[in-house]
Formats: sequence, C-alpha cells, structure tokens
Amino acid sequence: MKLRTLTLGLLSASALAFAAHAESITIATVNNGDMVRMQKLTDDFTKANPDIQLNWVTLEENVLRERVTTDIATKGGQYDVMTIGTYEVPIWAKQSWLLPLDKLGDDYDVKDIIPAIAGGLSVDGKLYAAPFYGESSFVMYRKDLMEKAGLKMPDAPTWEFIKQAADKMTDRANGVNGVCLRGKAGWGENMAFLTAMSNSFGARWFDENWKPQFDQPEWKKTLQFYVDLMKADGPEGASSNGFNENLALFQQGKCGMWIDATVAASFVSDPKASKVADKVGYALAPDTGLGKRGNWLWAWSLAVPAGTKKADAAEKFVSWATSKHYAELVASKEGWANVPPGTRSSLYANADYQKAAPFAKMTLDSINAADPTHPTVKPVPYVGVQFVAIPEFQGLGTTVGQLFSAALAGQSSVDDALKQAQDAATAAMTEGGYIK
Amino acid sequence: MARAVTTQHKTIATAAAWIVALLIFFPILYTIITSFKSEQEAIQGFALIPSGTMESYAEVQAQSGYFKFFLNSVILSVGSTLLAILIAVPAAWSMAFSPTKRTKDILMWMLSTKMMPAVAVLFPIYLIFRDSGLLDSRIGLTVMLMLINLPIVVWMLYTYFREIPGEILEAARMDGASLWNEIIYVLTPMAVPGIASTMLLNIILAWNEAFWTIRLTTTNAAPLTAFISSFSSPQGLFWAKLSAASTLAIAPILIMGWFSQKQLVRGLTFGAVK
Repeated sequence: MKLRTLTLGLLSASALAFAAHAESITIATVNNGDMVRMQKLTDDFTKANPDIQLNWVTLEENVLRERVTTDIATKGGQYDVMTIGTYEVPIWAKQSWLLPLDKLGDDYDVKDIIPAIAGGLSVDGKLYAAPFYGESSFVMYRKDLMEKAGLKMPDAPTWEFIKQAADKMTDRANGVNGVCLRGKAGWGENMAFLTAMSNSFGARWFDENWKPQFDQPEWKKTLQFYVDLMKADGPEGASSNGFNENLALFQQGKCGMWIDATVAASFVSDPKASKVADKVGYALAPDTGLGKRGNWLWAWSLAVPAGTKKADAAEKFVSWATSKHYAELVASKEGWANVPPGTRSSLYANADYQKAAPFAKMTLDSINAADPTHPTVKPVPYVGVQFVAIPEFQGLGTTVGQLFSAALAGQSSVDDALKQAQDAATAAMTEGGYIK
Repeated sequence: MARAVTTQHKTIATAAAWIVALLIFFPILYTIITSFKSEQEAIQGFALIPSGTMESYAEVQAQSGYFKFFLNSVILSVGSTLLAILIAVPAAWSMAFSPTKRTKDILMWMLSTKMMPAVAVLFPIYLIFRDSGLLDSRIGLTVMLMLINLPIVVWMLYTYFREIPGEILEAARMDGASLWNEIIYVLTPMAVPGIASTMLLNIILAWNEAFWTIRLTTTNAAPLTAFISSFSSPQGLFWAKLSAASTLAIAPILIMGWFSQKQLVRGLTFGAVK
C-alpha cells in the first residue's frame, strides 16, 4: 500500500513537472543584492506583460558560468535570459551564441548606456548584452588615518604615493594594515586586480602576435611592486584574501586603503555593517604616469542566448530590467542609493542619486577611465581590461593567479613565478593555435 | 589489576570514539553554529558561540521557496531508490544464488562505472537529456540518480544475499514455490534489514548528490542542492545565509538518519559481525 501510494505520488509529481511549461521564460542569475532586489520587483513587469511568466534560477558564479556555457554550447535551450559578464560577451557573440539586442524598444535610449560599458558588450557595433550593473575599481581609504599620517590623498594618486601612504599608515601593533589587496588565486580574483594593475605599469599579457609577455621588465616591475608593498604593509595571510575577506577587514577598520570594486563603496559606507562608514574617502585607481590606470571594468549583463525559443519575451524582459524606468522603480521602493550603479549616464546626472551616493562621481570617473578596447599602454590583440577575452583565459588566468599567489605567500620568488607564468602562457597559446 | 586495565582501555576507547565522532561531525556542527550568526560575525573568525540571530533564516526563507526544493529532493531520492531496488533485487539474487564464472567480472564491471569522474560524461548525458526532452524533469533525474547509485545498491544487496543459506531457497523450491514466490516470500523477508539499510544509504546518497542535480535542472526539478548553491554570492557577505540554507537542506536527512541509525548501522556492519 505504502509502495503504491509512493509510486502514485511520484508519477503525479512528474506529470506536474511536464505541465508547468506554457508561457514562461527562465532567467539564470547570480546571487547578489541587486539581482535579489530585481526578483522582488518583477510584479511591475508581469503586470505590464501578463502573458509572460518568469522563472528564476540562481546559481553560484562559477556554477552559473559552467551551466550556461554547457547550455549555450549544446543549444540546450534551458535558459531564455542569462546573466553574464563582460568577459563572456565578446567571446560568445563571436561564436553566434547570443542574439543581438536590437528590439529593446523606442524609449530604451541605448545611447544613455555609459560608452565604456557599451563598448565592452558590443561586437562590430552591435549590442549583445544589456548592462544590469557596472563597476570599475578605485581606491577606498580611511580619511582619519590619512590625516594622522600627515598626507592628503590626491584624486588621481600614483603607485608611489600609495606605497608612501601605506608605509605611514601601517600600525601592526594596533592591527592596522596600510593596504589590503586581493591575493586569492583565480582569474576573477587576484588576476583581475593584477592584470588591471599591470596595465598601469605598461605591461600586457600578449604582444600583437599573441606572444606572452611575462618575461618583459614591465611585468617584473608590477609583480615586484605588489609583493613588496604587501609584505611591508599588507595583512597577514593576504594570499588567501579575495573581495569578501578584504571587505570584512576594511569594515572592521583593519585597512588604511583598499583598492577594489567600486560596488564595495556602498558596503564600506553602510553604518550598519561598517565600523568606519563615516571615515571613507575615494580616489581613482593609481597609475605610474604612463597613461593607463590600474582600474578594471566589469558589468553583469543580461543576454539572450541564440538557442531560446522565446526571444521576443526574453528581450522584453531584458529591456525592462535595464531601463531607466527600472532605476526609477527601485528608487521609489528602496531609495536612490539602491539603484544598480554603473550603467547609465542619466543616473549620474541625477541630483537625488548624487546626494544618496557620495561615491557616485568617483565611480563614474573610474568607469570612464577604463577602456576595454584599448586596455594597455602598448598595443594588444585582445579586448578586456582585467582579463583577455579569449576562451583559454579562464584556465590560464587561474594558473597564473596561483603562481602569483604563491609568490605573495613567499613560496616562490617573483622571478620564478614570472618564468613559470611565461611557460604556462606559451604552452596554452601554442595549444590554442595562437602561436607556433 | 586486569579489571583496572579493562576499565582504562574502555575509557580510552570511548574518549577516542568521541573525538573521532566529533571530528567527523564538526563541519556540520560549525555550519549549524554559523547559521545563527550575523554575516559580520560569520566572517570575523572562528567562534563557537553565535549571537543566536535568526536573520539568515528569515532572509533565506524570503529569498526562495524552500518547500518546492524540498519536495523535489524527496521525490528524487525516494523515487530513484525504489527504482534501483526494483532492478537490483533480481540482479543481486541471480548473482548470489546462480553465480557463473563471470559473475565476479560483472560485479567488478558494474563498480568500474563509478571509477570515472562524472564530469567526463557530462556532455553525452546532457545531449541525451536535451534530445529526449528530459532536461529539468523529475523523471529524467530520477532515472539518472538511480543509474549512478545502482552499482552500489547491487553490490550491497549481493553481499547481504550471499549471507542467506541457499538451502532455505532450495527447500522452498522443493515445496513448489515459483521463482517469483521464492523472491517475494522467502528471500525478501530474510533480507529486509539488508534491503532497508541499502535503501537508507541510497536515499542519503541521492539526497546529497550535487553534480547532476545542479547541472540537469533549472527550476521544475531542482532539489535542495540547487537551493544551497543559490546562496553563494560573488559580492557581499553570504557565509551565514549559505550556512542557514545548508542547515535547512541537511536537516531532514539528518533527522531521518538519526531515527534510522540502528537499521543503518546494523545493515552496514552485517557482514563484519557474522
């Protein structure tokens, strides 16, 4: 009897699974504050579009990347809208895996999208993903400690100044580290920071012929500077610190400066979470006077995969979620400070937003200071500021990240790490057919 | 004197057992502790006493419907286990009571399918599921979970059946029992502890399976593993929320394991104590 009941239950449940398909679009996304907020506000969309039902799939970033890649490469058609980053968009668009977004509606105002962001999401002038929120990186610093050190942070500091300030601010007896930087290995962790930093030192991953450049003096200068700075003024165990670890350190008052994503500004200035909320100042990412700054550019964006059977409904949703109307909706429900940042110029011209977000101007200036199509001092054959938009980069970036993280931890020398990085990159490029 | 030594040995053995048990259980315990911390507390460093806040549970509840994922976990784990037992009982019966010279090889071949990493067959399986419309369906995933656990189920049942004297089955045959009657009325009742513990273990394995359940589902068939995965965030603090989601996800299976531990231990140590 029990067995029969269970079997019946199983069969009816399975039947239900098949019945639930009708007019719905499935959206794959990552779990972060802005995305969660959007899920709560979708009534506004479904009221205007009663024939479209929304299904959400929230996944961990790496799992999401793997799932959507599998789905899109096999044209599985499981997702109608995907949340992807500026790394994927140029690669996938070139593979014809994404549909160009040309039906976003008359009042969408594509030109309002910040040019640097739009450039990273376009291929041959066509927009393949609409930015949901964008970010760059900048310096967050403790105004009180800076004053105590007798220094004044310029709006656009140099790396030399950062080193000088870090030396003066470091007070290990009281648990204060002059500077906190990413050290955890990963193409999106330490390599996002180090690749952007290397741009400001005149380094590049590859020359015009895809020859790896880790054997060049610019990379040596970058890595040596980073390792020396962190050894003298960084926190203990820095080689395992990523965004979240450094965020916690800064919020607890243990960092004089932190160079990381602009989106962190809303966390460090939140008095509920941060002990130093009223003492934080912002400045552009440092440079060395070569014309490029050490800041990156990233946008979590919504794209429509070529395998979808509901392209119109999907694009309607993308248009709604990335529109000016959506920004106003968030502002009316949760205040201007919670509007997804970094995508539209009009947001930064809005007086209410400027008042609610004191870091707004510096965020916009940082985004504008990054150029994904010309990221380096010397010419390169790739797109991307803190990454190289080729499929091989995820694996190679993480391998190099591990080598550099080991150098930071003192397990290998800077020279050894660079030599091994050069070998790994040469092998990957040879295997990929870029060089012979 | 001898008595003193025995008591001392007993104390040492008990202490050692407690230490080992605590070590094994500690990650789960710490997950539960972390779930009662605020996000700031969670990341601040090692601490065994939480502030006792329930905010992570409230947020987890508000963010996604736990019950839908829970229901899928129940359906998938119980369904795949029943299906596996249906197939494995006759298979193990034939290998235990009518062995041929190739039986051992077949058993080893079955087990060898577990020796390959799952990701190696991700694409073929994904394409089969796509072409047969089984992506994100409970039926497809039930079959998948049944298949991946089937070798273990067959092996366990085979071991239990081997312990049952063949003469009893012969006697049943002499009394005119058909093959079906022999399996249902003679073999099964004697093997109930073994079958029960196999089922329990299989339910636990299916409940915790996180490779296929995350990769072959989106919304309709997604079980609790997908629920947990959704709380890892690329930006912002999430350890407490993730711990709360994990605690909610493992609680049912932990409670079930607690209540059935006698059966489970008996079944798992069946061969050893004989």
